[in-house]
Amino acid sequence: MTAAPRKTKAGAEKIDVTVSAVVPLNDLVTRFEFRRTDGGAFPPFSAGSHTVVEMNDGGRTRLNPYSLMSDPADTSTYAISVRRDDEGRGGSLYMHNNVRPGDRLTLSYPVNLFPIDLRGHKHVFLAGGIGITPFMAMIAHLERMGGAWELHYACRSKALATYADDLTRAHPSRVHVYYDDQDQRIALEDLLDGQPLGTHVYVCGPGGMIEWVHRTAAAHGWPEENVHSEEFLAPQPGKPFEVYLCKSDITVHVGENESLLEAIERCGVDAPFLCRGGACGQCETDVLEADGTFEHRDHWLDEDEHAGGRKIMPCVSRFTGKKLVLDR
Amino acid sequence: MTIQFNEETFRDDYSFRNSDRAIRRFPFPFHEDSYMYSVNMEQHQGGPAGSVYEMRFDVDEHYVAEMQDRAIVLAEDPLRCQSLPHMTLAGWDTLELIMVSKSEDYPDLFELHRDGDRWRWINKPLGIDHTFTFLDETTLPCGPLEYITRQAQGDFAVLDQRGDMLYMDAGMVTTQADWSLDFDIGMDFFEWHAPVPLAHEMGIFKRALKFLLNIRQGSPARRLNWTMTVNPRLDTSPENYHNWGVQKSTLTPENIGAKQHLRVELQTFYRLPRSNALLFPIRCYLIAFQDLVTIPKWGRRLHRVIRDLPEELADYKGFIANRPLMLEYLSRHDDGLPTSPGVWPDLETEPPLQT
Repeated sequence: MTAAPRKTKAGAEKIDVTVSAVVPLNDLVTRFEFRRTDGGAFPPFSAGSHTVVEMNDGGRTRLNPYSLMSDPADTSTYAISVRRDDEGRGGSLYMHNNVRPGDRLTLSYPVNLFPIDLRGHKHVFLAGGIGITPFMAMIAHLERMGGAWELHYACRSKALATYADDLTRAHPSRVHVYYDDQDQRIALEDLLDGQPLGTHVYVCGPGGMIEWVHRTAAAHGWPEENVHSEEFLAPQPGKPFEVYLCKSDITVHVGENESLLEAIERCGVDAPFLCRGGACGQCETDVLEADGTFEHRDHWLDEDEHAGGRKIMPCVSRFTGKKLVLDR
Repeated sequence: MTIQFNEETFRDDYSFRNSDRAIRRFPFPFHEDSYMYSVNMEQHQGGPAGSVYEMRFDVDEHYVAEMQDRAIVLAEDPLRCQSLPHMTLAGWDTLELIMVSKSEDYPDLFELHRDGDRWRWINKPLGIDHTFTFLDETTLPCGPLEYITRQAQGDFAVLDQRGDMLYMDAGMVTTQADWSLDFDIGMDFFEWHAPVPLAHEMGIFKRALKFLLNIRQGSPARRLNWTMTVNPRLDTSPENYHNWGVQKSTLTPENIGAKQHLRVELQTFYRLPRSNALLFPIRCYLIAFQDLVTIPKWGRRLHRVIRDLPEELADYKGFIANRPLMLEYLSRHDDGLPTSPGVWPDLETEPPLQT
């Protein structure tokens, strides 16, 4: 309409925050709590939302998504819990090694790709490891609004069972914890069998667990729309490659330890993004020319689109070959 | 800012009038001399001072009269406001968004005092001073969506988002361009847009849905839509078609300037924080042809747009039978001079009508 045109910025609106607490929970997981630097209240958020944390790692900007795990009704604070990934590209290591109380960071406004279906008569949560975080907010929400829920939480060991003690203490009849090192497993088939009509299942954890839940639920006749999942993919390192951005008229070199999206941003091109984990679809980019092989890693494009070679999600996907030209 | 609220009606004697100020700030929807569908979205983060785009929820001289008209419609037909059971939280989101926005944008007209969940809301133009408990429905005289949208101009559709689809699961709809909430309730995005011609083939709705699914908290968007209405009637609903449809046949060359109105919808889109639903306020602005042509640029341009509009669109928008009469009137306000780009009146730079 061009009443007062404003260009849409890449990413979501941002909030400047100050780290108010850093709480180590076990060998791998640390909770980070934030206050708004301007002293104001945070926007309320819906349970299941994530925020993208912007870190300045020695001049290099890192943008990592983390589920908000604080009580959505508490607008005085936001909290995330970060699992240290020693093999990854360094975002979680930076949080663990460098971020201290009083430090300033930038968070994006909350974005929800894993909402509670508010029509549900009952909500069954299936968590694997650090996948517990969105359920912390969902449980707080349902406790406040009076919804029925139960949690089945698979952890590697007692020592790494983040929040398991707190949850069990607060909700002894609703929380069930399973320890891998004691050969305990979620009895998924039995669990799905006994649920009342209108129950929704939510799974957050490793890719294999998510796939297992979807497959098992489908085999037991569960409607697809009653089974919800969220998996953020961290961009994986890969061989360096070159890409030509047609609209910007520049050639970008994508290094081994950066994503295609990060390389594009490093060259000053304002590319759209939201989740940076292959789930939201915001960074979808048209491929104009390609001579080589795509390494599609996203959950957004379907199989035909992956095979077609006309689109790529630069936040997680890569390329090897002679030539790649993008409409960016 | 002080607003003088009009005493006026949108039915029976149709005493609705736009002041000179309301005419100049009218959201004229055509940025060039022709019109075709587009996903014409932009960010809704303010606009020029005094324009209808400046505030999150524009309050103008018609506020009190529009709320009286809404109350009449609801008394006759309570189903104009509906909310499926899972949408109550989205209703509270809507109440919070409107109360916070209005009290910040119009502090002389609205006040919100919050002490935890204990909220006091003061609406001076409507004479309301009410204390209630946020998220406790028993402390309001009706549901939160109905409560706040009886105090906010324009219609409100509240869309639940599930599995990459939007569903029309709640709303307050009394100032609509011939669509029915009671008919559309529970429908998905493609179902409720099914009657619109051409746009499906153009892929407009697929692209629009993708855009809307990605509307983020803190980043509302807006667009304009338009149609034509004979007499300044807000409630042009299918339920009441027998009352207003027949009025389309009362136009004459003598009365068309006063009776024929351009109807513009300022549509905005907000991601609601607690429910993750999408709020879709549809604010209706009306302007009589005789007022519109006092802005020379708009008179020239409206003539060209209506003249060149595809048949399907003129038919869908319900004025194909009156198009010859409209063109006869509007052509007298088009001297063929070029028009400046953009929607603004440009009164200082655009020449008066050459006769």
